Amino acid sequence: MQQYNHDVQGYWKATLGLITKVLAIWFLCSFGAGILFADQINSIHLGGYPLGFWFAHQGSMYIFVALIFWYAKKMGDIDKEFDVHED
Amino acid sequence: MDLQTTIFVAVGLSFALYIGIAIWARAGSTSEYYAAGGAVHPVLNGMATAADWMSAASFISMAGLIANMGYGGGLFLMGWTGGYVLLACLLAPYLRKFGKFTVPQFIGDRFYSKTASTIAVICLLVASLTYIIGQMTGVGVAFSRFLGVSSDTGIYVGMAIVFTYAVFGGMKGITYTQVAQYIVLIFAYVIPAIFISVALTGVPIPQLGLGATLSGTDVSLLQRLDSVVTDLGFGKYTTTTAGSTLNMFVYTFSLMVGTAGLPHVIMRFFTVPNVAAARSSAGWALVFIAILYTTAPSVAGMAKLNLHGTVNNAVGVQSDPTGGLKVNAAGVKANADPYAVESSLKYEDRPDWMKRWEKTGLLKFQDKNGDGRIQYYNDKTKNEAAKAKAEAAGWKGNELTVNADIIVLANPEIALLPNWVIALVAAGGLAAALSTAAGLLMAISAAISHDLVKGVFAPNISEKGELMAGKIAMAISIFVAGYLGLNPPGFAAGTVALAFGIAASSLFPAIMMGIFSKKMNKEGAMAGMLAGLIVTLFYVFAHKGLFFIKGTEYLNLIGGANSFFGITPEAFGGVGAMINFIVAFMVDKVTKEPPEHIQHMVENVRIPRGSRAVDGSHAH
Repeated sequence: MQQYNHDVQGYWKATLGLITKVLAIWFLCSFGAGILFADQINSIHLGGYPLGFWFAHQGSMYIFVALIFWYAKKMGDIDKEFDVHED
Repeated sequence: MDLQTTIFVAVGLSFALYIGIAIWARAGSTSEYYAAGGAVHPVLNGMATAADWMSAASFISMAGLIANMGYGGGLFLMGWTGGYVLLACLLAPYLRKFGKFTVPQFIGDRFYSKTASTIAVICLLVASLTYIIGQMTGVGVAFSRFLGVSSDTGIYVGMAIVFTYAVFGGMKGITYTQVAQYIVLIFAYVIPAIFISVALTGVPIPQLGLGATLSGTDVSLLQRLDSVVTDLGFGKYTTTTAGSTLNMFVYTFSLMVGTAGLPHVIMRFFTVPNVAAARSSAGWALVFIAILYTTAPSVAGMAKLNLHGTVNNAVGVQSDPTGGLKVNAAGVKANADPYAVESSLKYEDRPDWMKRWEKTGLLKFQDKNGDGRIQYYNDKTKNEAAKAKAEAAGWKGNELTVNADIIVLANPEIALLPNWVIALVAAGGLAAALSTAAGLLMAISAAISHDLVKGVFAPNISEKGELMAGKIAMAISIFVAGYLGLNPPGFAAGTVALAFGIAASSLFPAIMMGIFSKKMNKEGAMAGMLAGLIVTLFYVFAHKGLFFIKGTEYLNLIGGANSFFGITPEAFGGVGAMINFIVAFMVDKVTKEPPEHIQHMVENVRIPRGSRAVDGSHAH
């Protein structure tokens, strides 16, 4: 078994912190704005779109895409910070 | 060139392309066969994943479902894309670091148990086989509608094509063919949508067109659609939920977790060079998926407005005698009465596309009040005003039934688009069905040859022998899939929901706990998988019959339909997943913790450094 000199626990803590943030946004835009609060925010309009409807039919998906790239970038930074990145 | 010839040329060219790629990308080693040598660029892998993921159902049926459901249809959009966020941050990078060929192998190694791996193989086989039946019938439908051959012939041709590139090319051949199939299917989907968006709103981007105003008016498209459908007694398009809000919530959650747990999707992330590439590849996959998925609601909303406009002049969107669709700005502003006699289209004046689809039986007209006109409305409405108006107008019930699948397939015809666009849609529908079928077949054959033959029955098999076993398993799977496509069991309709239910309730939680809980042991994982699976199957079978056999439903046993807080069986996978987690942690607490080397393995999987090429060795 390979031994690591790095701060493995610190790395995992940072990773879990990032995942928590990602999943919080993931939940808020789809389950929050798209479902639970859709009725309340439908009175706001985005062009011809009622906002809640827009989150369910468009917005969540754009946010998901941005979210994954942001996560990939941040994870890359964390990998480097704790010196566990690939060559 | 007439329409039929154009379609033959388009489909023929696309098939020649797939076979050409198959010859170029033959697989020589097990690593190429199972994981394309682990050398696929993340962007290309993203494209292949998108094609793999977007099935005949996504391409043909989804927009139609959304058109029928309105706002509630958003659960498919959010559910089938949100799963990629879970995949990207909870599973893909860690499974790539683990560096093996299959999902059951991860479960078997992580939970140091061949029984766990075998349970995973069974879940995988059931989920993938039920899913593939839909693809094969999709191939048949597309062929019979567009090429005028029987649906059976269509399935044989489809089998032959998949056989060539899947058996010889393995994952490598499948991956590069899927890249080509993605390009075909995305153009086929987006081009008609652009045409229609321009015709209705003047905006060439369908995603913006749905939120724009109708050409020549200041009425937004959605506002018009809402008022038309509510006038006719349907639910308001932008607010009608799918059952209760709770059901929509759980349904969306189930689709997300199910998506992340489907083995043929997870496998795609074994083909990239390293951990960082697995993360970004999930992002690229979702980019390519989102191009279609964000277009779908536009196709749905616009097609619904077109359809109502075609049969009811009061809508203000009608076919133009010179070809194409036209917004009648004065008609939109006048907001005429859809129940007026002159509003309903005379049956003899119906456009050609309606005549063509009537022949297929997917569109039906029945003149219930004998006035020779088409009345298309919701005759079961709870909207008293609409009901009273329909009765006053002498309407005797809805006269037009439209199969949801028509929305995408007939869309270019409804908008009277050129022949080459219709031909492209035919090629696109076939590409969507074939690419998903190939990905599923790969997951099935890998589970059989790698996890069963090599993992359980013949651990000392040579690489050459395993490669041969893989190809034979693939060939057999194609025949089984073809047979099921030709003789679809009566339960075919309910099965895709079952595939998601199984993936969500058994596979996803087991993999996730394997990575995120170092102390999770084999007893906990196996108990969790079985509990999630059994509870989900129990609830689904209660509604649909034991193994989907009609007459064996046992709804009174669970207290009536949707008795669990009004949740429908299709939405139950998420509940199954929760049960899986809870049972696993409870059993884990009272049994002994996993051996030291397994805990080290988990630590190792969590760290990107040291990732290497995927291989198939079984470490115990």
